[in-house]
Amino acid sequence: MHTTDMSGNKKAEAVAEDPAKVAAFERRVANDEFIEPKDWMPEAYRRTLVRQMSQHAHSEIVGMLPEGNWISRAPSLRRKAILLAKVQDEAGHGLYLYSAAETLGTSRDEMTEALLSGKAKYSTIFNYPTLTWADIGAIGWLVDGAAIMNQVPLQRTSYGPYARAMVRICKEESFHQRQGYEIMMHLAAGTEAQQRMAQDALNRWWWPSLMMFGPPDDKSPNTEQSMRWRIKRDTNDELRQKFVDITVPQAEAIGLTVPDPALKWNEARGAYDFGDVDWEEFYAVVKGEGPVAKERMQARVKAWDDGAWVRDAARVHAEKRAAAKLAAE
Amino acid sequence: MSDASKEWPLWEVFLRGKGGLSHRHVGSVHAADAKMAVEHARDTYTRRMEGVSLWVLPSAAITASDPGDAAALFEPAEDKVYRHPTFYKIPDGITHI
Repeated sequence: MHTTDMSGNKKAEAVAEDPAKVAAFERRVANDEFIEPKDWMPEAYRRTLVRQMSQHAHSEIVGMLPEGNWISRAPSLRRKAILLAKVQDEAGHGLYLYSAAETLGTSRDEMTEALLSGKAKYSTIFNYPTLTWADIGAIGWLVDGAAIMNQVPLQRTSYGPYARAMVRICKEESFHQRQGYEIMMHLAAGTEAQQRMAQDALNRWWWPSLMMFGPPDDKSPNTEQSMRWRIKRDTNDELRQKFVDITVPQAEAIGLTVPDPALKWNEARGAYDFGDVDWEEFYAVVKGEGPVAKERMQARVKAWDDGAWVRDAARVHAEKRAAAKLAAE
Repeated sequence: MSDASKEWPLWEVFLRGKGGLSHRHVGSVHAADAKMAVEHARDTYTRRMEGVSLWVLPSAAITASDPGDAAALFEPAEDKVYRHPTFYKIPDGITHI
């Protein structure tokens, strides 16, 4: 659902590598060739990819929680079926990405462990609560909308398994955004209370959605290398601007107001000028100070621990059957 | 937290898009056994009628060629253009060939 690089200012330490191999690799990537699992790659490329892809996968999995919160309270059977399908898609996206990341030599258990121990990050957006039904609309429209903006260019990312996973994800993501916008559309055309609910959801999700594109370019030290390696294809600020330009007219069309007094169409630039994002809040949420960060991790740890007996039983059962089959031969 | 040896094995998933097409690799799943691997593959890779048949096989059973051998393996075919029909010049007027 999203791919903000939250690695902060840490620069990857240099590892001694064969300069001829590095040069050949850089040439291939510059030519827009795809790198496949068994191809030689610099250690830093592998590490950056594992971090980015696993963060992305974790975000899909944790992203099921805020929406799962509303499945049992969806206002109609139609909405419930749609929301169930969407949350199931998020699980699927997490699985595509985990299996793509595993091709780089990191096991699924290692990634799960990194998430549950708090070592790995996931998108800050999921550490905000879903207070009303309109939040489900706002998430589909804005959060999935921002995710699409991030993900579409990644279909051409240099690592083959990642690019292929992104193609599949992007195909499915568009339904997520449209169902969310449809919810907002209906609420915005509803009673006064429903209109207030829709506006309140937009007010609360707008800024966190802009944060999904990551820190401003001048505070994003890894951007240059990631763009050279085609792991990233546009800068954070470019994508953020694109998102604002596309989303503002969508809000206006259904009579909602984007909560930014500085928002103004700039004729000369052919784009919207908009206010400053509160980066203090962003970094606080990255550090785990989001309103529901603790609940999110507690839910994941509980699901993992409660499922332990199922994983063990299935494994032991399979081993027993395999042994019995072998004995019978 | 379980240790790595307790992880369910990895299976590669192949999907036939529709009758008449061959199975194509689409990704992988973890599962305790083959039956569960088919079920997981179905849930993960066919939520939108993407296919009509699944194959799963243990990832460990795959032997892949080494990218370093790609030149030795595949380049010899480059100078064997006579394997393609366009290599042969047939005079105008000769038909059905």
